[in-house]
Amino acid sequence: MANVTMETTGTVFRPGTSDAEIEATALKSIKRRKQTVLFWQIAILVATLGLWELSSTMLWIDPFFYASPSAIAERLYDWALNGTTEGSLWYNLWVTMQEALIGFFAGSITGVFVGVGLGRNRFLSDIFSVYIKAINSIPRVVLAPIFIMIMGLGLPSKVALAFIMVFFVVFANAFQGVREADRNMIANARILGASNWQVTRNVIVPSAMSWIFASLHVSFGFAIIGAIVGEFVGARFGIGQLISIAKGTFDAAGMFAAIILVMIFTLVAEAIMTVIENRLAKWRPQQVDVQ
Amino acid sequence: MTEHLTHDPAIELINVSRRFVSPTGKSLTALRDFNMTVERGEFVAVVGPTGCGKSTTLNLVTGLARPSAGEVRLMGGPVSGIDPRVGFAFQTDALFPWKNVIDNVMAGPLFRGKRRDVAEASAKRWLARVGLSKFINHYPHQLSGGMRKRVSLAQTFINEPEILLMDEPFSALDVQTRTVMHEELLKLWAERKASVVFVTHDLEEAVALADKVYVLTAGPATVKSVYKIDLPRPRVVSEIRYEQQFIDYCKTIWDDLRQEVETSYRRASEAA
Repeated sequence: MANVTMETTGTVFRPGTSDAEIEATALKSIKRRKQTVLFWQIAILVATLGLWELSSTMLWIDPFFYASPSAIAERLYDWALNGTTEGSLWYNLWVTMQEALIGFFAGSITGVFVGVGLGRNRFLSDIFSVYIKAINSIPRVVLAPIFIMIMGLGLPSKVALAFIMVFFVVFANAFQGVREADRNMIANARILGASNWQVTRNVIVPSAMSWIFASLHVSFGFAIIGAIVGEFVGARFGIGQLISIAKGTFDAAGMFAAIILVMIFTLVAEAIMTVIENRLAKWRPQQVDVQ
Repeated sequence: MTEHLTHDPAIELINVSRRFVSPTGKSLTALRDFNMTVERGEFVAVVGPTGCGKSTTLNLVTGLARPSAGEVRLMGGPVSGIDPRVGFAFQTDALFPWKNVIDNVMAGPLFRGKRRDVAEASAKRWLARVGLSKFINHYPHQLSGGMRKRVSLAQTFINEPEILLMDEPFSALDVQTRTVMHEELLKLWAERKASVVFVTHDLEEAVALADKVYVLTAGPATVKSVYKIDLPRPRVVSEIRYEQQFIDYCKTIWDDLRQEVETSYRRASEAA
Protein backbone atom coordinates (compact mmCIF):
# COMPACT_ATOMS: atom_id res chain seq x y z
CA MET A 1 0.00 0.00 0.00
CA ALA A 2 1.03 3.53 -0.67
CA ASN A 3 1.33 4.82 2.86
CA VAL A 4 4.37 6.91 3.45
CA THR A 5 6.34 5.75 6.41
CA MET A 6 7.84 8.56 8.42
CA GLU A 7 9.93 8.26 11.53
CA THR A 8 8.60 10.83 13.95
CA THR A 9 11.20 10.32 16.65
CA GLY A 10 14.55 8.71 16.84
CA THR A 11 13.59 6.89 20.02
CA VAL A 12 14.86 3.32 20.26
CA PHE A 13 12.70 1.16 22.48
CA ARG A 14 13.98 -1.57 24.76
CA PRO A 15 12.77 -5.03 23.74
CA GLY A 16 9.54 -5.83 25.55
CA THR A 17 8.09 -2.34 25.31
CA SER A 18 4.35 -2.73 24.80
CA ASP A 19 2.53 -1.33 21.77
CA ALA A 20 0.52 0.95 24.02
CA GLU A 21 3.67 2.54 25.39
CA ILE A 22 5.10 3.04 21.91
CA GLU A 23 1.84 4.59 20.77
CA ALA A 24 1.71 6.88 23.78
CA THR A 25 5.26 8.09 23.14
CA ALA A 26 4.51 8.64 19.48
CA LEU A 27 1.34 10.60 20.27
CA LYS A 28 3.22 12.71 22.76
CA SER A 29 5.96 13.51 20.28
CA ILE A 30 3.41 14.40 17.57
CA LYS A 31 1.65 16.72 20.02
CA ARG A 32 4.90 18.29 21.07
CA ARG A 33 5.84 18.95 17.48
CA LYS A 34 2.49 20.62 16.78
CA GLN A 35 2.92 22.85 19.80
CA THR A 36 6.42 23.86 18.74
CA VAL A 37 5.21 24.79 15.26
CA LEU A 38 2.36 26.82 16.70
CA PHE A 39 4.69 28.54 19.13
CA TRP A 40 7.02 29.69 16.36
CA GLN A 41 4.13 30.81 14.18
CA ILE A 42 2.82 33.05 16.96
CA ALA A 43 6.32 34.21 17.89
CA ILE A 44 7.03 35.37 14.34
CA LEU A 45 3.71 37.22 14.15
CA VAL A 46 4.30 38.98 17.46
CA ALA A 47 7.88 39.85 16.54
CA THR A 48 6.88 41.29 13.15
CA LEU A 49 4.05 43.37 14.54
CA GLY A 50 6.21 44.46 17.48
CA LEU A 51 9.05 45.53 15.21
CA TRP A 52 6.64 47.44 13.00
CA GLU A 53 5.07 49.20 15.96
CA LEU A 54 8.45 50.01 17.44
CA SER A 55 9.90 51.33 14.16
CA SER A 56 6.85 53.47 13.75
CA THR A 57 6.92 55.01 17.23
CA MET A 58 10.71 55.50 17.11
CA LEU A 59 10.23 57.14 13.71
CA TRP A 60 12.63 54.72 11.98
CA ILE A 61 9.95 54.55 9.34
CA ASP A 62 7.51 57.34 8.53
CA PRO A 63 4.18 56.52 10.24
CA PHE A 64 2.45 58.73 7.70
CA PHE A 65 3.21 56.21 4.94
CA TYR A 66 3.64 52.96 6.87
CA ALA A 67 1.08 53.45 9.66
CA SER A 68 1.46 51.10 12.64
CA PRO A 69 -0.35 48.02 13.94
CA SER A 70 -1.97 50.01 16.72
CA ALA A 71 -3.20 52.69 14.31
CA ILE A 72 -4.62 50.00 12.02
CA ALA A 73 -6.35 48.26 14.92
CA GLU A 74 -7.76 51.59 16.03
CA ARG A 75 -9.02 52.30 12.54
CA LEU A 76 -10.68 48.88 12.28
CA TYR A 77 -12.30 49.41 15.67
CA ASP A 78 -13.53 52.86 14.64
CA TRP A 79 -14.89 51.54 11.33
CA ALA A 80 -16.64 48.66 13.00
CA LEU A 81 -18.21 50.93 15.61
CA ASN A 82 -18.94 54.18 13.78
CA GLY A 83 -18.87 53.15 10.15
CA THR A 84 -16.72 54.54 7.37
CA THR A 85 -17.11 57.71 5.39
CA GLU A 86 -18.94 55.58 2.82
CA GLY A 87 -21.48 54.13 5.23
CA SER A 88 -21.33 51.08 7.46
CA LEU A 89 -18.20 48.92 7.25
CA TRP A 90 -20.31 45.78 7.18
CA TYR A 91 -22.28 47.04 4.22
CA ASN A 92 -19.06 47.74 2.29
CA LEU A 93 -17.68 44.34 3.17
CA TRP A 94 -20.96 42.72 2.14
CA VAL A 95 -20.89 44.47 -1.24
CA THR A 96 -17.41 43.15 -2.02
CA MET A 97 -18.25 39.68 -0.74
CA GLN A 98 -21.37 39.57 -2.85
CA GLU A 99 -19.49 40.55 -6.00
CA ALA A 100 -16.72 38.06 -5.36
CA LEU A 101 -19.00 35.17 -4.37
CA ILE A 102 -21.43 35.54 -7.27
CA GLY A 103 -18.51 35.86 -9.68
CA PHE A 104 -16.77 32.89 -8.09
CA PHE A 105 -19.73 30.53 -8.19
CA ALA A 106 -20.91 31.54 -11.65
CA GLY A 107 -17.35 31.43 -13.00
CA SER A 108 -16.41 28.09 -11.50
CA ILE A 109 -19.66 26.35 -12.42
CA THR A 110 -19.44 27.60 -16.01
CA GLY A 111 -15.74 26.74 -16.06
CA VAL A 112 -16.39 23.16 -14.98
CA PHE A 113 -19.20 22.67 -17.50
CA VAL A 114 -17.33 24.15 -20.43
CA GLY A 115 -14.08 22.42 -19.40
CA VAL A 116 -15.68 18.98 -19.12
CA GLY A 117 -17.73 19.54 -22.26
CA LEU A 118 -14.79 20.55 -24.42
CA GLY A 119 -12.54 17.98 -22.76
CA ARG A 120 -14.93 15.23 -23.81
CA ASN A 121 -15.35 16.51 -27.36
CA ARG A 122 -12.11 16.64 -29.27
CA PHE A 123 -13.64 18.18 -32.38
CA LEU A 124 -15.16 21.15 -30.54
CA SER A 125 -12.01 21.62 -28.48
CA ASP A 126 -9.86 21.66 -31.63
CA ILE A 127 -12.07 24.41 -33.04
CA PHE A 128 -12.35 26.55 -29.92
CA SER A 129 -8.85 26.15 -28.52
CA VAL A 130 -7.48 28.99 -30.63
CA TYR A 131 -10.15 31.42 -29.40
CA ILE A 132 -9.71 30.38 -25.81
CA LYS A 133 -5.97 30.90 -26.09
CA ALA A 134 -6.54 34.34 -27.60
CA ILE A 135 -8.96 35.50 -24.92
CA ASN A 136 -6.82 33.92 -22.22
CA SER A 137 -3.84 36.02 -23.29
CA ILE A 138 -5.67 39.25 -22.43
CA PRO A 139 -4.68 40.41 -18.94
CA ARG A 140 -8.13 40.23 -17.37
CA VAL A 141 -7.94 43.47 -15.37
CA VAL A 142 -7.86 45.58 -18.54
CA LEU A 143 -11.45 44.50 -19.03
CA ALA A 144 -12.52 46.38 -15.88
CA PRO A 145 -13.01 49.79 -17.56
CA ILE A 146 -14.98 48.20 -20.39
CA PHE A 147 -17.27 46.31 -18.04
CA ILE A 148 -17.84 49.45 -16.00
CA MET A 149 -18.60 51.44 -19.11
CA ILE A 150 -21.10 48.85 -20.28
CA MET A 151 -22.65 47.73 -16.99
CA GLY A 152 -22.28 50.78 -14.79
CA LEU A 153 -20.86 51.33 -11.32
CA GLY A 154 -23.02 48.73 -9.57
CA LEU A 155 -22.78 45.02 -8.90
CA PRO A 156 -22.91 43.56 -12.46
CA SER A 157 -19.62 45.03 -13.68
CA LYS A 158 -17.65 43.61 -10.70
CA VAL A 159 -19.36 40.24 -10.96
CA ALA A 160 -18.46 40.13 -14.64
CA LEU A 161 -14.81 40.86 -13.88
CA ALA A 162 -14.65 38.27 -11.07
CA PHE A 163 -16.42 35.80 -13.34
CA ILE A 164 -13.99 36.18 -16.21
CA MET A 165 -11.01 35.83 -13.88
CA VAL A 166 -12.36 32.68 -12.25
CA PHE A 167 -13.69 31.09 -15.41
CA PHE A 168 -10.41 30.67 -17.24
CA VAL A 169 -8.54 29.15 -14.33
CA VAL A 170 -11.28 26.63 -13.55
CA PHE A 171 -11.90 25.91 -17.21
CA ALA A 172 -8.25 25.17 -17.93
CA ASN A 173 -7.99 22.80 -14.96
CA ALA A 174 -11.27 20.99 -15.64
CA PHE A 175 -10.20 20.54 -19.26
CA GLN A 176 -6.80 19.19 -18.29
CA GLY A 177 -8.35 16.96 -15.63
CA VAL A 178 -10.65 15.40 -18.22
CA ARG A 179 -7.72 14.82 -20.56
CA GLU A 180 -5.69 13.17 -17.81
CA ALA A 181 -8.44 10.68 -16.94
CA ASP A 182 -7.06 7.16 -17.03
CA ARG A 183 -7.74 5.50 -20.39
CA ASN A 184 -7.92 2.02 -18.88
CA MET A 185 -10.51 3.19 -16.42
CA ILE A 186 -12.60 4.66 -19.21
CA ALA A 187 -12.27 1.45 -21.24
CA ASN A 188 -13.21 -0.56 -18.16
CA ALA A 189 -16.37 1.52 -17.59
CA ARG A 190 -17.38 1.21 -21.23
CA ILE A 191 -16.94 -2.56 -21.31
CA LEU A 192 -18.85 -2.85 -18.04
CA GLY A 193 -21.69 -1.23 -19.95
CA ALA A 194 -21.47 2.52 -19.29
CA SER A 195 -22.98 4.97 -21.76
CA ASN A 196 -21.11 8.15 -22.66
CA TRP A 197 -22.98 10.08 -20.00
CA GLN A 198 -22.29 7.40 -17.39
CA VAL A 199 -18.59 7.46 -18.26
CA THR A 200 -18.58 11.24 -17.81
CA ARG A 201 -20.38 11.07 -14.48
CA ASN A 202 -18.66 8.03 -13.00
CA VAL A 203 -15.12 8.32 -14.35
CA ILE A 204 -14.34 11.65 -15.97
CA VAL A 205 -15.76 14.08 -13.44
CA PRO A 206 -14.48 12.28 -10.32
CA SER A 207 -10.99 11.98 -11.76
CA ALA A 208 -10.97 15.63 -12.83
CA MET A 209 -12.18 16.64 -9.36
CA SER A 210 -8.73 16.99 -7.77
CA TRP A 211 -7.68 19.26 -10.66
CA ILE A 212 -10.86 21.29 -10.30
CA PHE A 213 -10.42 21.71 -6.57
CA ALA A 214 -6.83 22.81 -6.98
CA SER A 215 -8.08 25.54 -9.31
CA LEU A 216 -10.89 26.58 -6.95
CA HIS A 217 -8.38 27.45 -4.24
CA VAL A 218 -6.50 29.77 -6.58
CA SER A 219 -9.53 31.17 -8.30
CA PHE A 220 -11.22 32.32 -5.11
CA GLY A 221 -8.35 34.74 -4.70
CA PHE A 222 -8.91 35.79 -8.31
CA ALA A 223 -12.59 36.48 -7.62
CA ILE A 224 -11.57 38.85 -4.83
CA ILE A 225 -9.04 40.53 -7.11
CA GLY A 226 -11.74 40.94 -9.75
CA ALA A 227 -14.16 42.52 -7.32
CA ILE A 228 -11.60 44.88 -5.79
CA VAL A 229 -9.98 45.97 -9.04
CA GLY A 230 -13.48 46.62 -10.37
CA GLU A 231 -14.13 48.81 -7.35
CA PHE A 232 -10.86 50.69 -7.85
CA VAL A 233 -11.88 51.61 -11.34
CA GLY A 234 -15.31 52.77 -10.37
CA ALA A 235 -17.78 51.98 -7.60
CA ARG A 236 -19.95 53.53 -4.94
CA PHE A 237 -19.33 51.00 -2.19
CA GLY A 238 -17.00 48.13 -1.35
CA ILE A 239 -13.62 47.43 0.17
CA GLY A 240 -11.84 48.44 -3.03
CA GLN A 241 -13.64 51.75 -2.89
CA LEU A 242 -12.53 52.22 0.75
CA ILE A 243 -8.92 51.59 -0.26
CA SER A 244 -9.30 53.99 -3.16
CA ILE A 245 -10.64 56.72 -0.87
CA ALA A 246 -7.96 56.04 1.76
CA LYS A 247 -5.36 56.48 -0.98
CA GLY A 248 -6.94 59.79 -2.00
CA THR A 249 -6.66 61.12 1.56
CA PHE A 250 -3.18 59.66 2.25
CA ASP A 251 -4.72 57.48 4.96
CA ALA A 252 -2.21 54.61 5.29
CA ALA A 253 -3.95 53.07 8.32
CA GLY A 254 -7.21 52.93 6.37
CA MET A 255 -5.58 51.13 3.46
CA PHE A 256 -3.94 48.53 5.67
CA ALA A 257 -7.16 48.05 7.61
CA ALA A 258 -9.05 47.29 4.40
CA ILE A 259 -6.34 44.88 3.28
CA ILE A 260 -6.55 43.01 6.56
CA LEU A 261 -10.31 42.69 6.22
CA VAL A 262 -9.94 41.14 2.77
CA MET A 263 -7.24 38.83 4.08
CA ILE A 264 -9.42 37.52 6.91
CA PHE A 265 -12.36 37.05 4.58
CA THR A 266 -10.29 35.09 2.05
CA LEU A 267 -8.76 32.88 4.73
CA VAL A 268 -12.20 31.97 6.06
CA ALA A 269 -13.44 31.10 2.57
CA GLU A 270 -10.31 29.03 1.96
CA ALA A 271 -10.86 27.09 5.18
CA ILE A 272 -14.47 26.34 4.24
CA MET A 273 -13.33 25.10 0.83
CA THR A 274 -10.72 22.80 2.39
CA VAL A 275 -13.38 21.24 4.64
CA ILE A 276 -15.62 20.57 1.62
CA GLU A 277 -12.73 19.15 -0.37
CA ASN A 278 -11.72 16.75 2.39
CA ARG A 279 -15.31 15.55 2.58
CA LEU A 280 -15.41 14.80 -1.14
CA ALA A 281 -11.96 13.26 -1.28
CA LYS A 282 -12.36 10.65 1.42
CA TRP A 283 -11.37 7.97 -1.08
CA ARG A 284 -7.87 9.32 -1.43
CA PRO A 285 -5.03 7.69 0.51
CA GLN A 286 -4.34 9.42 3.80
CA GLN A 287 -0.80 10.06 4.79
CA VAL A 288 -0.16 8.06 7.92
CA ASP A 289 2.74 8.64 10.25
CA VAL A 290 4.17 5.31 11.34
CA GLN A 291 6.31 4.83 14.38
CA MET B 1 -30.21 -23.62 -39.22
CA THR B 2 -30.60 -23.06 -35.47
CA GLU B 3 -28.61 -26.22 -34.94
CA HIS B 4 -25.87 -24.67 -37.01
CA LEU B 5 -25.99 -21.35 -35.08
CA THR B 6 -25.48 -22.90 -31.66
CA HIS B 7 -22.30 -24.48 -32.92
CA ASP B 8 -20.76 -21.23 -34.09
CA PRO B 9 -17.52 -20.61 -32.22
CA ALA B 10 -17.49 -17.95 -29.49
CA ILE B 11 -14.82 -15.85 -31.17
CA GLU B 12 -13.52 -15.88 -34.72
CA LEU B 13 -10.86 -13.60 -36.14
CA ILE B 14 -10.68 -14.12 -39.89
CA ASN B 15 -7.71 -12.69 -41.79
CA VAL B 16 -7.68 -9.66 -39.53
CA SER B 17 -5.19 -6.83 -39.99
CA ARG B 18 -4.92 -3.76 -37.86
CA ARG B 19 -2.99 -0.67 -38.87
CA PHE B 20 -2.42 2.40 -36.76
CA VAL B 21 -1.91 5.73 -38.47
CA SER B 22 -0.20 8.41 -36.40
CA PRO B 23 -1.36 12.06 -36.68
CA THR B 24 1.70 12.75 -38.84
CA GLY B 25 0.56 10.11 -41.29
CA LYS B 26 2.97 7.28 -40.52
CA SER B 27 1.40 3.87 -40.45
CA LEU B 28 2.25 0.94 -38.22
CA THR B 29 0.90 -2.57 -38.68
CA ALA B 30 0.17 -4.34 -35.40
CA LEU B 31 -1.66 -7.38 -36.75
CA ARG B 32 -1.34 -9.05 -40.14
CA ASP B 33 -3.56 -11.81 -41.56
CA PHE B 34 -4.47 -12.93 -38.10
CA ASN B 35 -6.65 -16.02 -37.69
CA MET B 36 -7.97 -17.34 -34.42
CA THR B 37 -10.95 -19.43 -33.33
CA VAL B 38 -12.14 -19.83 -29.75
CA GLU B 39 -14.81 -22.46 -29.20
CA ARG B 40 -17.53 -21.95 -26.61
CA GLY B 41 -16.28 -22.73 -23.13
CA GLU B 42 -12.71 -22.96 -24.35
CA PHE B 43 -9.75 -21.42 -22.52
CA VAL B 44 -7.26 -20.00 -24.97
CA ALA B 45 -3.95 -18.44 -24.00
CA VAL B 46 -2.01 -16.14 -26.32
CA VAL B 47 1.74 -15.78 -25.88
CA GLY B 48 4.19 -13.72 -27.88
CA PRO B 49 7.11 -11.34 -27.56
CA THR B 50 6.52 -7.98 -25.86
CA GLY B 51 4.83 -5.34 -27.95
CA CYS B 52 3.86 -7.76 -30.72
CA GLY B 53 0.19 -6.80 -30.75
CA LYS B 54 -1.36 -9.17 -28.23
CA SER B 55 -3.43 -6.46 -26.58
CA THR B 56 -4.58 -5.19 -29.97
CA THR B 57 -6.19 -8.58 -30.57
CA LEU B 58 -8.27 -8.21 -27.45
CA ASN B 59 -9.31 -4.66 -28.27
CA LEU B 60 -10.66 -5.88 -31.59
CA VAL B 61 -12.83 -8.45 -29.83
CA THR B 62 -14.23 -5.92 -27.32
CA GLY B 63 -15.23 -3.57 -30.11
CA LEU B 64 -13.08 -0.76 -28.65
CA ALA B 65 -11.08 -0.97 -31.90
CA ARG B 66 -12.05 -1.99 -35.43
CA PRO B 67 -10.01 -4.14 -37.81
CA SER B 68 -8.46 -2.39 -40.82
CA ALA B 69 -9.15 -5.51 -42.85
CA GLY B 70 -10.74 -8.88 -42.21
CA GLU B 71 -13.58 -9.80 -39.91
CA VAL B 72 -14.18 -10.35 -36.19
CA ARG B 73 -17.20 -12.47 -35.26
CA LEU B 74 -18.68 -13.16 -31.84
CA MET B 75 -21.03 -16.12 -31.45
CA GLY B 76 -21.44 -16.16 -35.20
CA GLY B 77 -22.38 -12.47 -35.53
CA PRO B 78 -20.25 -9.50 -36.54
CA VAL B 79 -18.89 -7.15 -33.84
CA SER B 80 -20.54 -3.75 -33.88
CA GLY B 81 -19.56 -1.56 -30.97
CA ILE B 82 -18.98 -2.82 -27.45
CA ASP B 83 -20.61 -6.20 -26.94
CA PRO B 84 -22.48 -6.72 -23.65
CA ARG B 85 -21.50 -10.40 -23.61
CA VAL B 86 -17.83 -9.47 -23.24
CA GLY B 87 -15.95 -9.03 -19.97
CA PHE B 88 -12.41 -7.65 -19.75
CA ALA B 89 -9.72 -8.00 -17.10
CA PHE B 90 -7.03 -5.32 -17.32
CA GLN B 91 -3.33 -5.59 -16.67
CA THR B 92 -3.20 -2.43 -14.59
CA ASP B 93 -5.60 -1.42 -11.89
CA ALA B 94 -8.78 -0.26 -13.58
CA LEU B 95 -10.90 -0.02 -10.44
CA PHE B 96 -12.49 3.34 -9.74
CA PRO B 97 -10.50 4.69 -6.79
CA TRP B 98 -13.30 7.04 -5.68
CA LYS B 99 -15.79 4.20 -5.30
CA ASN B 100 -15.61 1.74 -2.43
CA VAL B 101 -15.37 -1.98 -3.08
CA ILE B 102 -19.08 -2.73 -3.33
CA ASP B 103 -19.78 0.31 -5.53
CA ASN B 104 -16.99 -0.82 -7.83
CA VAL B 105 -18.50 -4.28 -8.17
CA MET B 106 -22.02 -2.87 -8.57
CA ALA B 107 -20.94 -0.51 -11.33
CA GLY B 108 -21.52 -2.99 -14.17
CA PRO B 109 -25.12 -3.94 -13.33
CA LEU B 110 -25.98 -0.29 -12.58
CA PHE B 111 -24.52 0.85 -15.92
CA ARG B 112 -26.68 -1.80 -17.55
CA GLY B 113 -29.82 -0.43 -15.94
CA LYS B 114 -30.35 -3.00 -13.15
CA ARG B 115 -32.16 -1.83 -10.02
CA ARG B 116 -29.95 -0.74 -7.16
CA ASP B 117 -31.08 -3.38 -4.65
CA VAL B 118 -30.71 -6.16 -7.24
CA ALA B 119 -27.22 -4.95 -8.12
CA GLU B 120 -26.26 -4.68 -4.48
CA ALA B 121 -27.42 -8.19 -3.62
CA SER B 122 -25.53 -9.69 -6.51
CA ALA B 123 -22.42 -7.64 -5.73
CA LYS B 124 -22.49 -8.99 -2.17
CA ARG B 125 -22.76 -12.55 -3.52
CA TRP B 126 -19.75 -12.03 -5.79
CA LEU B 127 -17.68 -10.41 -3.07
CA ALA B 128 -18.44 -13.39 -0.83
CA ARG B 129 -17.40 -15.63 -3.71
CA VAL B 130 -13.95 -13.99 -3.90
CA GLY B 131 -13.65 -13.85 -0.10
CA LEU B 132 -13.94 -10.10 0.41
CA SER B 133 -17.22 -9.82 2.33
CA LYS B 134 -15.46 -8.01 5.17
CA PHE B 135 -14.09 -5.32 2.88
CA ILE B 136 -17.15 -4.04 1.05
CA ASN B 137 -16.81 -0.53 2.46
CA HIS B 138 -13.07 -0.22 1.91
CA TYR B 139 -11.62 1.93 -0.83
CA PRO B 140 -9.23 0.34 -3.37
CA HIS B 141 -6.18 2.11 -1.94
CA GLN B 142 -6.81 0.39 1.39
CA LEU B 143 -6.48 -3.09 -0.17
CA SER B 144 -3.45 -5.14 -1.18
CA GLY B 145 -2.67 -5.83 -4.83
CA GLY B 146 -4.15 -9.33 -4.65
CA MET B 147 -7.34 -8.09 -3.03
CA ARG B 148 -7.73 -5.38 -5.66
CA LYS B 149 -7.36 -8.03 -8.35
CA ARG B 150 -10.12 -10.05 -6.71
CA VAL B 151 -12.37 -7.01 -6.68
CA SER B 152 -11.61 -6.58 -10.40
CA LEU B 153 -12.53 -10.21 -11.04
CA ALA B 154 -15.81 -9.79 -9.15
CA GLN B 155 -16.45 -6.56 -11.08
CA THR B 156 -15.96 -8.43 -14.37
CA PHE B 157 -17.77 -11.66 -13.45
CA ILE B 158 -20.85 -9.95 -12.02
CA ASN B 159 -21.94 -9.12 -15.57
CA GLU B 160 -21.81 -12.87 -16.31
CA PRO B 161 -19.78 -12.49 -19.49
CA GLU B 162 -19.94 -15.32 -22.01
CA ILE B 163 -16.64 -14.14 -23.40
CA LEU B 164 -13.86 -13.22 -21.02
CA LEU B 165 -10.81 -11.36 -22.27
CA MET B 166 -7.81 -11.06 -19.97
CA ASP B 167 -4.82 -8.88 -20.75
CA GLU B 168 -1.92 -10.07 -18.56
CA PRO B 169 -4.23 -9.66 -15.58
CA PHE B 170 -1.86 -11.10 -12.97
CA SER B 171 1.49 -9.82 -14.20
CA ALA B 172 1.73 -7.19 -11.46
CA LEU B 173 1.20 -9.69 -8.64
CA ASP B 174 3.84 -11.53 -6.66
CA VAL B 175 4.35 -15.22 -7.43
CA GLN B 176 2.38 -16.68 -4.50
CA THR B 177 -0.59 -14.38 -4.98
CA ARG B 178 -0.51 -15.14 -8.67
CA THR B 179 -0.83 -18.90 -8.08
CA VAL B 180 -3.77 -18.29 -5.75
CA MET B 181 -5.42 -16.11 -8.39
CA HIS B 182 -4.87 -18.82 -11.02
CA GLU B 183 -6.77 -21.35 -8.90
CA GLU B 184 -9.47 -18.77 -8.24
CA LEU B 185 -9.83 -18.03 -11.94
CA LEU B 186 -10.00 -21.69 -12.95
CA LYS B 187 -12.69 -22.29 -10.32
CA LEU B 188 -14.80 -19.37 -11.52
CA TRP B 189 -14.30 -20.42 -15.11
CA ALA B 190 -15.24 -24.06 -14.42
CA GLU B 191 -18.53 -22.89 -12.89
CA ARG B 192 -19.45 -20.49 -15.64
CA LYS B 193 -17.81 -22.09 -18.66
CA ALA B 194 -17.17 -18.79 -20.36
CA SER B 195 -14.91 -18.66 -23.39
CA VAL B 196 -11.62 -17.13 -22.33
CA VAL B 197 -8.80 -15.44 -24.19
CA PHE B 198 -5.89 -14.98 -21.82
CA VAL B 199 -3.00 -12.85 -23.05
CA THR B 200 0.30 -13.29 -21.22
CA HIS B 201 4.02 -13.38 -21.77
CA ASP B 202 4.44 -15.98 -19.05
CA LEU B 203 4.53 -19.32 -20.87
CA GLU B 204 4.05 -21.47 -17.76
CA GLU B 205 0.98 -19.49 -16.83
CA ALA B 206 -0.39 -20.07 -20.33
CA VAL B 207 0.21 -23.84 -20.27
CA ALA B 208 -1.14 -24.23 -16.73
CA LEU B 209 -4.43 -22.51 -17.50
CA ALA B 210 -5.31 -23.04 -21.13
CA ASP B 211 -6.79 -25.65 -23.46
CA LYS B 212 -5.01 -24.11 -26.41
CA VAL B 213 -1.93 -21.92 -26.62
CA TYR B 214 -1.44 -19.53 -29.54
CA VAL B 215 2.13 -18.47 -30.25
CA LEU B 216 2.41 -15.15 -32.07
CA THR B 217 5.27 -13.88 -34.21
CA ALA B 218 7.23 -10.71 -33.48
CA GLY B 219 5.22 -7.71 -34.71
CA PRO B 220 3.33 -7.35 -36.96
CA ALA B 221 1.74 -10.24 -35.17
CA THR B 222 0.36 -13.24 -36.94
CA VAL B 223 -0.25 -16.74 -35.59
CA LYS B 224 2.92 -18.81 -35.68
CA SER B 225 1.57 -22.02 -34.22
CA VAL B 226 -1.20 -23.40 -32.03
CA TYR B 227 -0.66 -26.00 -29.33
CA LYS B 228 -3.39 -28.08 -27.77
CA ILE B 229 -2.74 -28.65 -24.05
CA ASP B 230 -4.08 -32.05 -23.05
CA LEU B 231 -3.61 -31.84 -19.31
CA PRO B 232 -6.51 -33.25 -17.26
CA ARG B 233 -8.91 -30.90 -15.50
CA PRO B 234 -9.54 -29.82 -12.81
CA ARG B 235 -5.93 -28.68 -12.58
CA VAL B 236 -4.09 -27.70 -9.45
CA VAL B 237 -1.91 -24.86 -10.68
CA SER B 238 0.50 -24.96 -7.75
CA GLU B 239 1.38 -28.60 -8.43
CA ILE B 240 0.96 -28.99 -12.14
CA ARG B 241 4.29 -27.33 -12.85
CA TYR B 242 6.17 -30.34 -11.47
CA GLU B 243 4.53 -32.84 -13.82
CA GLN B 244 6.62 -34.16 -16.69
CA GLN B 245 3.89 -33.60 -19.28
CA PHE B 246 3.64 -29.94 -18.26
CA ILE B 247 7.39 -29.48 -18.50
CA ASP B 248 7.42 -31.08 -21.96
CA TYR B 249 4.73 -28.71 -23.21
CA CYS B 250 6.62 -25.71 -21.87
CA LYS B 251 9.86 -26.87 -23.53
CA THR B 252 8.27 -27.46 -26.92
CA ILE B 253 6.42 -24.16 -26.96
CA TRP B 254 9.41 -22.24 -25.62
CA ASP B 255 11.64 -23.53 -28.45
CA ASP B 256 9.06 -22.14 -30.83
CA LEU B 257 8.59 -18.85 -29.00
CA ARG B 258 12.29 -18.20 -28.42
CA GLN B 259 13.01 -17.38 -32.06
CA GLU B 260 10.30 -14.73 -32.02
CA VAL B 261 11.52 -13.24 -28.76
CA GLU B 262 15.04 -13.07 -30.21
CA THR B 263 13.78 -11.39 -33.38
CA SER B 264 11.88 -8.90 -31.27
CA TYR B 265 14.95 -8.10 -29.14
CA ARG B 266 17.17 -7.77 -32.17
CA ARG B 267 14.78 -5.29 -33.76
CA ALA B 268 14.48 -3.29 -30.58
CA SER B 269 18.24 -2.99 -30.24
CA GLU B 270 18.61 -2.11 -33.93
CA ALA B 271 16.03 0.64 -33.53
CA ALA B 272 17.84 2.01 -30.49
